[in-house]
Amino acid sequence: MTSVNQLIGVSLGYVIFLFAIAYLAERAAQRGKGGWLRSPLVYTLSLSIYCTAWTFYGAVGYAARSGMEFVTIYLGPSLVMIGWWWALRKLVRIGRAQRATSVADLISARYGKSNLLAIVVTIMAVIGVTPYIALQLQSVTLSLSIFSEPGGDAPLNQLIAGFWVAFGLAIFTVLFGTRNLNANERHDGVVIAIAVEAVVKLIALLAVGIFVVWGVAGGLAPMMEQIDASPIGAWDMDRSRWVALTALSAAAFLALPRMFQVMVVENEDERHLQIASWAFPVYLLLMSLFVVPIAVVGLDLMPAGSNPDLFVLTVPLAQGQVGLATLSFLGGFSSATSMVIVATLALSTMVSNHVVMPVWLNLQGPGAQVSGDVRNVVILSRRASILMIIGLGYLYYRFSGGGSALAAMGLISFAGVAQFLPVMMGGIFWRGATRWGALAGLCVGFSVWVFCSLLPSFGPGAVLSVATFDTGLFGLSWLRPQALFGISGLDPTVHAIVWSITLNTTAFVIVSLFIFPGPLERLQGAQFVNVFDHSTQARGWDAALATSEDLLIMTQRILGATEALDLFRAEAARQGVQGHLPEPTPGFLQQLERELTGSVGAATAHAMISQLVGGASVSVQDLMAVADESAQILEYSNQLEAKSAELSRTAGKLREANAKLTALSVQKDAFLSQISHELRTPMTSIRSFSEILRDTDGLGQVEKTKYASIIHGEAIRLTRLLDDLLDLSVLENGQVNLNFETGTLSSVLEKAILTAQASGTGALDIRRRHLDEAVTLTTDLDRLTQVFINLITNAQKYCQAEQPRLVIEVRQEDGAIAVVFSDNGMPIPPAARALIFEKFARISDNDEAGAGLGLAICREIMTRLGGEISFLGGPSGNAFTVHLPTQAALAAQ
Amino acid sequence: MGKHVLLVEDEINIIEAIRFLLSREGWQVDTHSDGATAVDTILAMRPDLVILDYMLPGKSGLDILTEVRADPDFAKMPVLMLTARGQSRDREQAEKAGVSRFMTKPFSNTEVMTAVRDLVQLAQ
Repeated sequence: MTSVNQLIGVSLGYVIFLFAIAYLAERAAQRGKGGWLRSPLVYTLSLSIYCTAWTFYGAVGYAARSGMEFVTIYLGPSLVMIGWWWALRKLVRIGRAQRATSVADLISARYGKSNLLAIVVTIMAVIGVTPYIALQLQSVTLSLSIFSEPGGDAPLNQLIAGFWVAFGLAIFTVLFGTRNLNANERHDGVVIAIAVEAVVKLIALLAVGIFVVWGVAGGLAPMMEQIDASPIGAWDMDRSRWVALTALSAAAFLALPRMFQVMVVENEDERHLQIASWAFPVYLLLMSLFVVPIAVVGLDLMPAGSNPDLFVLTVPLAQGQVGLATLSFLGGFSSATSMVIVATLALSTMVSNHVVMPVWLNLQGPGAQVSGDVRNVVILSRRASILMIIGLGYLYYRFSGGGSALAAMGLISFAGVAQFLPVMMGGIFWRGATRWGALAGLCVGFSVWVFCSLLPSFGPGAVLSVATFDTGLFGLSWLRPQALFGISGLDPTVHAIVWSITLNTTAFVIVSLFIFPGPLERLQGAQFVNVFDHSTQARGWDAALATSEDLLIMTQRILGATEALDLFRAEAARQGVQGHLPEPTPGFLQQLERELTGSVGAATAHAMISQLVGGASVSVQDLMAVADESAQILEYSNQLEAKSAELSRTAGKLREANAKLTALSVQKDAFLSQISHELRTPMTSIRSFSEILRDTDGLGQVEKTKYASIIHGEAIRLTRLLDDLLDLSVLENGQVNLNFETGTLSSVLEKAILTAQASGTGALDIRRRHLDEAVTLTTDLDRLTQVFINLITNAQKYCQAEQPRLVIEVRQEDGAIAVVFSDNGMPIPPAARALIFEKFARISDNDEAGAGLGLAICREIMTRLGGEISFLGGPSGNAFTVHLPTQAALAAQ
Repeated sequence: MGKHVLLVEDEINIIEAIRFLLSREGWQVDTHSDGATAVDTILAMRPDLVILDYMLPGKSGLDILTEVRADPDFAKMPVLMLTARGQSRDREQAEKAGVSRFMTKPFSNTEVMTAVRDLVQLAQ
């Protein structure tokens, strides 16, 4: 019996053998002798990583459990390869033209180089593939345990064994996949190793099959009879499952990250696809050839309850064929390892390029592209990603209990990654597909998948409660994970696939139709959909602003000093330029972007070159930088605007001050003109008549007297005017000496009326209420009398009524006194009212009119006395009110 | 002599003085004291000379002069302007408007009479 230890030894030897092959292949490739490494045969064999441990072990188990349905898993990819190879060719062409490094990169590139989308795809891919990796761990662990049982060794602790298997696979992958960082993201060694593994697993399965048919069943004819007799022969075809599963495996074949890796990224020549389109289905046919015989014989031979997933191992072992069993183990081991290596390589590329590197570059700040050794960071982040992804697989294996059928776990993964298909196919065939549509489709599809497929896979009560299964999420019956929207009765797998893909596609299409794509998105959309029209010129860089030194420094940090220098030298030689710095032509920039894309992903490479070139296409970061700059400019312009506003305010104030000065100057001129006029007019009469009296002989006595009295009158007028002017000047300058005395209002009024009547003319009827006038005042009584005289004289002069009348009323308001003088003359026109207290404001043409200083003097006097004088016009006369303040007015005893 | 003078003035004492001076020498003197209607009166009377006060109620002497000069028939009519305002700017504006002689109050009787005679003689 072969012990587990021996098996592990064999496995190690096998791994070392693979390493040697990979190493030799890479050496050969480096020396330029690796042409054969990239033959159609190797390409086809590398595609066989589709056939994992699931196909190797699981297909037999699947057949034993569900009959012929296992065929769907082979049917889907075969149909794609044969019937849809032109779509594949388009995918490969686009992938190569865009230098896409992964599914995430491709989708991100298609939808405007959106890193958000890349991150979403990456996360979905990691979660989606996790059950698949768990499946490989489980199959290797199971196969090891088979060998341990009959030997009587201590029963293998499956969880611990699973951990060591995971650990071993992780180390293996790190060593295999990240020894160096290839600029073009191709792995010659890995590809050749998985091609060898493809051969090993095919030979192992065929060997077991041949042994079963001819060694156990006794030839073809007995085998057929045995099959007919078995339950598998009487299989019943569930049509919905067949269609759904075939479509699902076709979708997964296109969308699986590891399939994209071997099919697109590692593709050397598009023509290889043509050969693979028939060769790969042949490989699948060979792989499936003996599935049913092994299952039938296993069911017959093995005791009831043994795991049908392991018939490939247990049947030879039961027949004592240890060597064959060991070969079979190696076949299964090959299937598992090749899948894990390529899947984790693909995923780690995505994680590193779309999650770790952007974060790291952002943390480093804007100078990172040219200031740090990005190369080491890339390799480190890839290694960490590999460990993380395999770690996740192990956790899933642990928590799903490790007891599920291999095929069931595989289908969950398939359904998960199939969510990428609408977005991928939409992206390459429909120009209207947009980033937000893609994001919406992916998120909706993925959510439905998590809810209907992933979470239920842990079993009722594990993550989703039993109640959720029965009555739906939050008790909503339409949210049952296996009967969404109340549609029950569907097979749970079909249910999950149909709903997730349908809702995914619907969201994708609807959101795409409603949200207009951005310019870069439309550009990329055209590049993808019309890839066959112009795949040579992917996108133009405006090279005018780039300097070759900067580009070289940046490239060296990412590709390594020597590689970058070689690249630049080659280009310089091609351009016929001396030295190592070529002209940064658009073509060269494009080539450079492709090279960088291999290391850091399309979005980041684009952003890096954009930063150096500042060319035609811009990234989000560029736009952010521009926005920042604009904000600063805006801020600056706001400051300028504020300053300008301040200046214009100052200018406004100056203008205002100037206007005031001008107005004052005009006022002064007007005042001087007025005074001049008032003084010169009486002077004119005086001079003229005095000349007449002097020069005229024989003037009659009447005339002499008349002219002399004119001279006299004008002299008096002049004197009064000078008095008024002096008075006003003293009052205005505040130099007046007030003489406070106590007296009654009635006596003040009495005195004023007498004075006015003595000097004035006419018969003004003055009416008073003596009772109200019994108020004692303490103020400058002479000044107050002056005001009253002025008001009464004005009424005498200007009241033109037939029976001129002046009513003097006294009112006491809160201890203050108001004396109102209202006449029945013509009301002063409204326009003139505002001016009556101004100097020389003569309203009337009356010849008796004074210089127009009276009211101005009254106003000044009242201000000095702490009161005021105001005018109130009315329909039938004019009223002046004199207010006296409380301090100056004492109530009558 | 015996020419016709229109005196546009609002101060009665000044009217009295000028009327006395001119009448004594045989001039026919008409007076008008409202600025607002002065232009019509001048155009209607067509005097040989106008003595025009600068500050008049209703319309200033300057405006009256400008309006009168706007009529081609009155472009050469002698106008003697009198002002009590004493602003040099007034003289400039009056000369611009086409005044024949500009005198400041108070005036000497001889000067006024000489000016009146000169202006009328010049116009003939």
